[in-house]
Formats: sequence, structure tokens, C-alpha cells
Amino acid sequence: MKVFQKTKMLTDAHLHYCPGCTHGIVHRLVAESIEELGLQDKCIGVAPVGCAVFAYDYFNCDMQEAAHGRAPAVATGIKRCLPDRTVFVYQGDGDLASIGMAETVHAAARGENITIIFINNSIYGMTGGQMAPTTLIGQKATTCQNGRDPAVNGYPIRVCELLATLDAPYYIERVSTHDVKHVMAAKKAIKKALRFQSEGRGYTFVEVLVSCPTNWHMRPAEALQFMGKECVKTFPLGVYRDKSEGEAEV
Amino acid sequence: MSKILLHGTEAICEGAMRNGCRAFFGYPITPQNEVPEYMSVQMPKIGGVFVQAESEVAAINMVYGAAGAGIRAMTSSSSPGVSLKQEGISYIACARIPCVIVNIMRAGPGLGGILPAQGDYFQATKGGGHGDYHLIVLAPSTAQEACDFTYRAFDLSDKYRVPAMILADGMIGQIMEPVELPPMRDLKDIPEKQWATSGHYGKERRILNSLIIKPEELEPHVNELQRTYDEIYANERKAECYKTEDAEIVLTAYGTIARICKSVVDELRMQGVKAGCIRPITLYPFPDDAYAKCAAGAAKAFLSVELSLGQMVEDVKLAVNGKKPVYFYGRTGGNVPEEAEIIEAAKNALKKAEAVQ
Amino acid sequence: MIKILLAGQGGQGVLSAGKFLAESGLHEGKEVTYLPAYGPEMRGGTANCSVIISEHAIASPLCNKPDVLIAMNGPSFHKFAPRVKSGGIIIVNGSVSDCYAGRDDVHVYDVAANDIAIETGDVRSANMVMLGAFIALTGAVKEKSIFNCLNEKFVGKPHVCEVNGKAFRAGMQAVR
Repeated sequence: MKVFQKTKMLTDAHLHYCPGCTHGIVHRLVAESIEELGLQDKCIGVAPVGCAVFAYDYFNCDMQEAAHGRAPAVATGIKRCLPDRTVFVYQGDGDLASIGMAETVHAAARGENITIIFINNSIYGMTGGQMAPTTLIGQKATTCQNGRDPAVNGYPIRVCELLATLDAPYYIERVSTHDVKHVMAAKKAIKKALRFQSEGRGYTFVEVLVSCPTNWHMRPAEALQFMGKECVKTFPLGVYRDKSEGEAEV
Repeated sequence: MSKILLHGTEAICEGAMRNGCRAFFGYPITPQNEVPEYMSVQMPKIGGVFVQAESEVAAINMVYGAAGAGIRAMTSSSSPGVSLKQEGISYIACARIPCVIVNIMRAGPGLGGILPAQGDYFQATKGGGHGDYHLIVLAPSTAQEACDFTYRAFDLSDKYRVPAMILADGMIGQIMEPVELPPMRDLKDIPEKQWATSGHYGKERRILNSLIIKPEELEPHVNELQRTYDEIYANERKAECYKTEDAEIVLTAYGTIARICKSVVDELRMQGVKAGCIRPITLYPFPDDAYAKCAAGAAKAFLSVELSLGQMVEDVKLAVNGKKPVYFYGRTGGNVPEEAEIIEAAKNALKKAEAVQ
Repeated sequence: MIKILLAGQGGQGVLSAGKFLAESGLHEGKEVTYLPAYGPEMRGGTANCSVIISEHAIASPLCNKPDVLIAMNGPSFHKFAPRVKSGGIIIVNGSVSDCYAGRDDVHVYDVAANDIAIETGDVRSANMVMLGAFIALTGAVKEKSIFNCLNEKFVGKPHVCEVNGKAFRAGMQAVR
């Protein structure tokens, strides 16, 4: 008989995320993938500044908490010195695509053999709902209260597409968490990225669309519907780079 | 071992590598480009890591990652670049990650100029970034010291888990002098870091963090940092006292300027003026004991000579504690005072002090 | 202790001559410092460096009042001639500069370094001609130390070593 067990890669700490937020799901996907690949013991995670700032309390492995936006640089420092370890970075959209864009692009351009999990909920969650570099056109935030206006606020940044212009990245995919089917697909992508890293293949990047019912001012179910209907229009799901294409699936 | 002629920058690199530094992260900025250039060639030869970062910000955070994983790591820059590093240094100080930061100072503020200066004294010795913290700051005045102090900085930083800074002016970066290199240290001789996040391999996991959100936890943490600084103050203050025993005018300067001041002391003594010079070797902790001793003795006046407009003089005044007058002479903008200027300033200081008494 | 200021145009080998001199002093177990003055230019600007050779530890590495000025061109000759210590020596590259220092308390030696270097094989070794004159006048380091350094520096390049050696000897002759 098979009994469901919580992954050992997560601690027993209570997650602080808001009700209906899908951050917790992504934590579990990452944790399960690491455990299933047998990488837990030699794994070092880098936590961001943003909603996932306490990630070091949740992932049951060695963790470093980075300054805002600098996680890819921190991960570079670790991985270059300890190339046989697995180094993963967990960042939100403000951290990765705004203040840390330089670190993001350059770690990708150097082809650092690390895995970046990019949480895109198109808003600054932790600080209370300000406009993010990924906020949709027309979407309301506390710093664009009438909705994002391109004439004033510019357009959302599509990070997967941007990184896919670089030569070095090995694997880039955008996935979503708005329903079970997509959660399963997200797990597959995350596990693939971590496996590629453990095989020394190079830079891997998975963008995960996540809901923020609190700052979107929606009920959780509404938020999921919004993601499936609206977010995916601006941020199309799919594989943007896979240098393993043509190889047999493991 | 015989001496070889080395640039100050090369001496810094050799001191680092010979004491176990195996990771260097940097970004080009004049006048310290010889450091990353030398490291890019030498590091791979000893199995070390060299990365030219996309910015000084990224470089210091790479140090955070590498040093946090237990590797002796270093970054180097010059004034404007060191300003950019301050965010990372503050995080490093709070997370208690030992590492070495080199600042080959140029003239500021702003983009300033590329010639030698000492305008970053406050930034280096008073914390530099946000929050209550300090670095251990060493100020070399010769190429030999550039090597030796960098070597020592790694040990001090590891011992106290406090980041260390080598604070040098542009002349130290450019000068070539004979240097006797210490032997290459075996990495096995460097104590293992139990706190390092290098993969726990079944043992208790480790976290490096500077987010301590509960006041009842943050205060003890900062107090513990402060206790460490007190310990460093008690153990590590260091100064060179040159002919100070009977000195009536005590000059004080650090780095290359101290060497000019020593020449000035010799010249003044030839003219019959009893002069001496205190050269702080540690800028933090500041060697206040050396000043207190002179202030209680023959000294009539102190003169702080700087390539800045009155920064170290504040610490000198605190150390002298009102017992004797403290005067200041400084140049800035990349200008280095000539001996004659300092001689005149010293004589004036002594004259003023004698008039007051 | 002898303080030497070497000055000229970038590309004339001023800095390498200074380094060479410091290396030679070190060969003899002396204390030396070499301090280049740097500017933002990579090429073509003015270049100068201070070299001190001493039996004892060197305090200030600056040469505000040098004992000797080696000036590779006119502008550096006129810029630094007033700074030379009274009774000091100025060696000026007469191929590209006049030799009027505007003071009579220093010894000025006119060495046609470019012409001599062309004669001995390569104009690029004009700096070695100047160094030869300097050693002949001051004996700051031994001739042998210079040649030891030359052999070390140009190991595997016997031709370069020979050309520089010839230029150096010709420079010594020029002031005898």
C-alpha cells in the first residue's frame, strides 16, 4: 500500500503565504523534485527578498538569504566554488526582473550551471501590492491605481523570451499553477531543470505563474481563473529553450 | 627566500592566494585593474575561481555566496565601486561571512579622479553601509605590507567572522617594491568552517541570513556583533610609532602618506625639531593607545596628515581626548603633499600649541 | 640613497627603463622603490616614474626633488628641470630636445639617445642609451647588474638582448 508522505525537503515550519497563494505549491514542487532526484544532501538554495524571503525556513537544505535581486550572483559564487553541488535560486518578479535584472541576465549569459525558479505573480506581494515589472496592462496596483498605463508605466517584461535571446541558457520554460494539469506540468519542468543542472548541462530557468489573491483583490478561485485566462495571454506558456531536444525523455 | 620586485596590486593578490584565497570576483575600475587582471591569470593556476562580474554589486554578492560556502574569497575595487559594494558588505557583516574587500582609493566624491586619495576613511572605518557594523580595516604602506596585510586579513576575518578591508591609496596600487612572499599555505591547515553552507550531507542544515525580523532576536544579534568588535578592539589594535618617545610634534598618517611623514620627521629632527610619527596599521580598530601614550608624554601637539579633508583627525582627537591640541593638514583631488608642505604645517602646529600653553 | 626621476612621452620606454633600474638595484640586494605617475591615457600621453635606490629602508617613495632627472623629450625636460636638487644631474635626450635648463647649479648632459640608438640598431632602445649614460655618471648600480637583468628579461631573445646591450654601452661612452 502506498501512503502519501510529505517531502523531507520541506521543513515542518508553517508557510506564511496568504490563503490562495500558489507559492506553497511551487515550494512543494521544487522540494519534491530535489528529493526525487536524490540531491537533498548536496543542495544549497538561495532565497530572495520578497514574498519568498523566508524560504530558508522552508527548504530543508543549506540555505543562503541574498540581498534583493542579487541571488543569481550569490548562486554564481557558490556554484563556481562547489561545482558538484546543486544550487537553486528562488526569486519573485520584483527581485528577478526589476532590481536584479542585471544579475539575472548576466548569470544566464555566462551559462552558470544553476537552476532559477522564477515566481511571476505580476505584483509586489510582500510590500503590499505595488506595480511589478510584470504587472499586466490595465492591471491595478497601489502605485498605478487606475491600472497599468503603458504611456506612464511602460509594458510588462517577458523574461523567458528575453533570456531566450542569449546563447548560453540550456533550458528555459514558462509554466503555470492555475489548475492541476498545469501544476503537474510545472513539476515536470522544475524537475527537468534540476536534473539538467545535476548533469552539468548549464543554466536552467523555469518561470512559474503564480496567483496573488490578496493584492489582486480576488477570491482564490477567481485568481486562478484570471491566471488561466489573462496572465497566460501576456506570458504564453511553453518551452523557450531546450538544448536537449531530440534526446529521449528520461 | 629572496625578494622579487612586485606591484602593490600583485602583492595584494599574492598575499591572498598564499593564504588560501580561492575565489576572486571583480569589476574593472582604475586604479586597481591590475588586481582582476592578475587574478584572472593566477587563480586558475592554483585551482581557484575567477569571475569578472557584471558590476561591483554582483561581485560582492558572489563573494557572499562563495565565502558563505566556506571558501576564502576576495573582491577588489576603487572608491566609486566600493560605494556600490556597500549593500553587499552590510549583508555580509550581518550574516557574519568572513571575506576580504580591497579598496585602492581614488579621489572623490562622485566619479572624482583616478589619482591617489584617502577620502574613503569614514566609509571604511565607520561601517560604510546601513546598520550597526564594522569591518576590520588594515592600511598597508609598502608593497610588502600589501602582501602581508592581505594575508593576515584572511586569518583575522575567519577568526572573528567579520569581513576585513584592505584600505590603500592609489600609490600602493602602482608602486613596485621588493617583496618577500610568504609560502603557499596548505588549504588543509585552514580551520574548517562549521557554519558554511556547502551542502549538509546528512548533518544539520545551515542557514546564512541577515533577515532577523523579530526585535527580540535582532538586538541580541547586533549586540553579539558589538561584543566581537570589542574583542577585536582589545586584541588587534596596531600602530607603528616612529621616533615618538621624545617627540613634541607628533605627526600621524596612514598608508603611503605615513612614509612621506617619516621622511618629514627625519628632516625636522635634522633641523632640531623633536618630531615623531604614529602610523595606524589597523584603522579599525583605531590604535588609540598609541596616541594616549604620546599625549601623556612629551607631545605638545598632534598633526593628522591626510589625503582627505579631515577624516582620520576625528579619531585622533578622540584618542588624544583633549589632552593636547590636534591639528590637521590635508590635500585632496589626487594631489599628494610634498615634504616641504608638511614640514611647514608641522612647525605651524607646534607654534600654535606653544602659544596656547 | 639616490632619487631618480625618469620622464618622457608614453611609448619611449620611460616606465620600462625605470622598472629595469629598480630590478637591477634589487639584484644587488639594495632597497628600491618604483612609482609610476599614471594618467587616464593608455598611449601617447606623458609618462614619468620615480625610482629610489638605497642602502637603507626607503621612507617616502616620492621624488619631488630628484638627484637625477632622465628626460626623454623636451616637454619633460622643461617641466622637471626646475625640480632637480641643486648640484644634481640632468640627462636629456638631445636628439629631440634642447639642453637649456635655465639654471647653472645642475649638471646637464646632452645625450643624443635616438641617434645613438639608431646607430646601434633600434631607435626603441633609446631608453637604454639614457640608462647607460646614467650608470656611467652615477654608478648607482653596477654595469654587471644591468646585464644580468637584460639577460633575465630577454631570455630566449638574444637579438633584443644584444641590441639593448649595445645601446646601453654606447650610452655609457657618450658621457665619458
